[in-house]
This record gives sequence, structure tokens and C-alpha cells, in this order.
Amino acid sequence: MTEKLLEVKNLKKYFKTAKGLLHAVDDINFSINKGETLGLVGESGCGKSTTGRVVLRLLEASGGEVLFNGEDILQYNKKQMSAFRENAQIVFQDPFASLNPRMSVSEIIAEPFIINKKSMSKTERYQKVKKLMETVGLASRLENTYPHELDGGRRQRIGIARALALNPSFIVQDEPVSALDVSIQAQILNLMEDLQKEFGLTYLFISHDLSVIKHVSNNIAVMYLGKIVEMTDFSSIFKDPLHPYTKALLSAIPIPNVDDDLERILLEGDVPSPIAPPPGCRFYGRCFMRKDICKDVTPELLQVSEGRYCACHVVHGQDG
Amino acid sequence: MSKEKLLDIEKLTIHYVTDDGVVCAVNDLNLSLDRGETVGLVGETGAGKTTTALGILRLVPNPPGKIIGGKIFLDGENLIAKTESEMRKIRGNKVSMIFQDPMTSLNPVIPIGEQIAEVISLHERVTAKEALKKAEEMLEKVGIGAERSKEFPHQFSGGMRQRVGIAIALACNPELLIADEPTTALDVTIQAQVLELMRGLKKEFNTAMIMITHDLGIVAKICDKVAIMYAGSIVEFADKYDLFKNPKHPYTVGLFGSIPNIKNDDDTLKPIMGLMPDPSNLPSGCPFHPRCEQAGAECAQVVPANVDIGNNHFVKCVLFRKQEVE
Repeated sequence: MTEKLLEVKNLKKYFKTAKGLLHAVDDINFSINKGETLGLVGESGCGKSTTGRVVLRLLEASGGEVLFNGEDILQYNKKQMSAFRENAQIVFQDPFASLNPRMSVSEIIAEPFIINKKSMSKTERYQKVKKLMETVGLASRLENTYPHELDGGRRQRIGIARALALNPSFIVQDEPVSALDVSIQAQILNLMEDLQKEFGLTYLFISHDLSVIKHVSNNIAVMYLGKIVEMTDFSSIFKDPLHPYTKALLSAIPIPNVDDDLERILLEGDVPSPIAPPPGCRFYGRCFMRKDICKDVTPELLQVSEGRYCACHVVHGQDG
Repeated sequence: MSKEKLLDIEKLTIHYVTDDGVVCAVNDLNLSLDRGETVGLVGETGAGKTTTALGILRLVPNPPGKIIGGKIFLDGENLIAKTESEMRKIRGNKVSMIFQDPMTSLNPVIPIGEQIAEVISLHERVTAKEALKKAEEMLEKVGIGAERSKEFPHQFSGGMRQRVGIAIALACNPELLIADEPTTALDVTIQAQVLELMRGLKKEFNTAMIMITHDLGIVAKICDKVAIMYAGSIVEFADKYDLFKNPKHPYTVGLFGSIPNIKNDDDTLKPIMGLMPDPSNLPSGCPFHPRCEQAGAECAQVVPANVDIGNNHFVKCVLFRKQEVE
């Protein structure tokens, strides 16, 4: 029986701006089973990174619940939070900006032990750092180098080693490979998969790249303007996407295959502003399947079949 | 369509001379292009793709960059031998470029209509009014209403700004368009719009194009031919169909193995081991040999020749020369 590690209920995050409330994350629900990966995919500004941060309370939520092992971490006090943070880590997008340029590789990886006041001798700590470097595939001769001396792939390995230091059970991967070249990207993706198997990790994997998401995820949630529009297991989304936005997103990906003559769906216009969005479906303005009801009534994320959820009036209408 | 040769690059070599040594960005590069044809120049960061493009336009920053040798023939005329003022008449007119980052390649304090009109009045004998009129026509062509020509770049989204960049590049109906990762900064749905636009305009203007990209998916979508670049030289060059069906060079094969494909239910990616070599300290022989699984003793000593394995499919690898001999 699979067990839920993380469950997010009605999570909201609004930012106050001069022009009005920015609905970055607007009433989303999802859960991740232990040892599995949920891929969160969407275009820039859809709220996927904000979701990752709110789940770890790096940003305070505007409403909703984040249940970790059944407990709502949004209600945690400071002491409980620091215990939670040992258990839940994040790997950031930009390996150039997320490492302190004035610390050496071994200092960066050792920092989690010091911050969390793990009582251990210096040699013990050094041994742990060496072990971590080995785990993520960093040569031990690099321990005294500084981030600027290393390439993006190696820097991202440092970020991963740092996230693994305190044996977490949950890691938010916030676009960990989008700054890397494909050949390096493949190395890092394989590493993450191996680590997940070895340590039984649970990932929330955020990316704008559906092909990367497909490669790593058990379940996939597609986000558009602060809402989850479709959520399903990884294979059905590619074979039979339901939501019109998912369909358009899939057909927009250039596939490295010359025989591919899929019919392409070209969306009109840009993503609208998330500030004070109108009622109704967020995708209304760009949708090629829209009906009158979509303009005024916000579609709910409803179950279509076992394990498949979609927020679209047209899809639900067809299902009866 | 006529199969007339437009661009012919012979043994182009570009170095950057820095305090830390000489960076060999482009080494003995050969590339040719017919009129109206699109070639995709594919490679990873630091492979020398952008330097090659800047070399064709003679825009390599000097110092530290320097074109060490080679010839670039456009319509039979050697661009390397041109004076600076002759080059100015070519840039933006016969050859133009679309830059990677639409956020920084436009002037933030000039309305977009004027920015397009600037190119037109530089190269054509027109009054300022006529130039602006033509600029507005170009805007309509790339899908932006003419009434927006008085707006500034910050009032447009990334995809719209890249459309302005395309309008500027095509304003003088160039023979050759160099697009340097034109959609890398854009979201996929916007990227699809921009690529579709470029494909349509390229047909309409019958422009030849060099599409610089690291995304083989884009190549499959809009190119006719593909050149795979590694450490400053082209390691494989072929017709698109030939290359995708039948990649030969170990680096090309590795590149395909690294891409997570949404069409296949594959499990593990097969990445290329190791890292790109430091271009200021390239390995001897074949620059790919330290990462190559099939490398032999010979690879570290001999720079492999460019071999035509038939059907205009060129590979720079000793494995294929051997096959021919046997």
C-alpha cells in the first residue's frame, strides 16, 4: 500500500502588488506518495516555483494546508519547523547563484551539519562530506575548490550533495537541470534517479520541460496561471492529454524526430497577467475548445477516471 | 528552387587571445549553404556556434577575438577581404542576424517602429516617412499591429520582442539570415508561434538561414541540413533526414542518447561521459577522443579528416575512414 508523504489542500499564495493581488498559486490540491515523484510542469509565471517554496514554507502561504506525514506544517512553531527542514530540502535552479562564492566545496556541503548543530567531531564531519561527494560523483580532489572554478553540472552536484546531507525524505527539485547542456543534463537526471532508489527519496520535480518531467515522474500535474489544470499518471498524459492546454503544450514541443508530422496546435497570444484574474477558466482567452460557460464559471479539478483529474468544462461535459 | 551556392566558408579559424592563453573557439571550419536553404548549427555551450556566426558578420570582438585564417565567400565575394565600410553595407542588408535574448537586443529608449526604420533608411534610399511606413508593414508581417509601432520594447512580452527582432532582421530582405538561438529564452507555446512565423517568412522571402540551436527538436522542425559542432569544428554534416535516421559520429550518437524523448518509454538516458574540453587547452588529435567510447590509440594523435560517406554526409571520425579502406 502506498503511503502519502505530502498532501497539499486548497493551497493559496497571493502577492500584494501596486496593481492588485497577484494570484501566484490559487487553490491547488495534490499529494505525493512516499518514494515517488510528482512532476509539476508549466510555463514561466504559472506559479510552479512558488508552489515549491510554499510547500517548504520558504514563503508563507496565504491559505490552505500542507500535510507532511499527516501533520500540517503551516501550523508548526519554530522548533518544529527546524526539525521539518532537516527532513525536507530543495535543489535550486541556478547552480551559479545558489552557492556561496566565498565558500569551498567542502565548506558548502558541511554547512547543513553546522547550521543544524549536529554534534560531531571535525573528522567525523569531514568523513561525511567525503562520503557525500562520492555519492553525487564529485572527485575528492575538488574539495578545496570554489564554485567559480567548476562547471554547471558539477555545481549542481554540490547543490544535490548539500540537499542530501541531513538524510531528508523529501526534496523539492526546482528546475535543477534547465541551466545545463543536454549531455550534462542527462548525467544529472540519471544521478537523481539513482539517489531516489538508493535513499527512498520523494521528489517534487518542477520543470518547464515536459520531456524531462516525463523522464523522472510517476505523476504529473500541469499548471497554468496558478491553477492545476490536469493531473494524472505519467504515461496517460502523453498518450491521451485531456485539457486543451496540455494538448497545446505537448504539441508545441519540438520532437527530435524527422518523421513526426503531428498536427500542431498553435495557441494564440501570450499568457495573461495573474494580477486580479477574471472569474471563469484562466485559459479561456487562448483556448480552442472554449464554450460560453468557461467565461464565467471557474472549472474545478474533478476526477475523470481512476487517477486522472482535469479542470475543464468541455472535458467533463463530454464525459456526461 | 535553384540550387545555387550562397555561402561557402573555408577553413575558418577564430581565436580569442587572453591573458590565460589562446582560446581556439573555431578551428578549420568548413560550411556551405545554398540559396533559400536552412542549415541547423547544433552544439553545446562553448562549441563555438555563436563565434562562427559573429565571424561571418565580421563582428567578433577584437581584441580579444581574431579571425586567424580562412575564407568566407558570400555570392562569390570573400567577406574576410572586405573593408569595414564595405562590411557595414552588408550587415543588416545582405546578411542579418536575430539574437538570442530579445530582452537585451533592442534599444530600450527608442520606439520599435523607429528601430525597424533605422535599418531600412541605412540601406535604402528612402525618406524617413517612407522608412517608417515600411517598418509598419514589417510589423504587420510578424503579427504585430502597425498601431503599436510607437511603443517601447518594455511594453511587449518576450515573444513579441523576438518578433520585432525578426522584423528588423528581415526589413531589407537579406539573402542570409543568422538566427542565434532565437527561441531559447521563450516558453514552448510561444516558441512554437515564433518558429512557425520564421518558417513562413523564410519561404516568403526565400532567405537562406543558419539556425543556431542546442535543441535537436527545433532542427527536426525547420532545418534542411544539420551541422553538428564540437569544440570549434563541425564533426558531422548531413541532410536532416540522413542525420536523424543514421547518425554516425560518436558525439552525435551521444547527443541523441542524452535527450529524454516524450515519444519513447525509455528508462535510463545514455549520457556522454565527462565534460566539454577547455577550448584554451584542446586535446590532441580528435577533440572528442577523451569522451569517446570507441576511441582508439590513433584518435589521440591524428586529427581525423572530413570524410564523405556518401549522399553528402560528412563525418570527421577515423572510424569511417577505416571502413572505406576495408
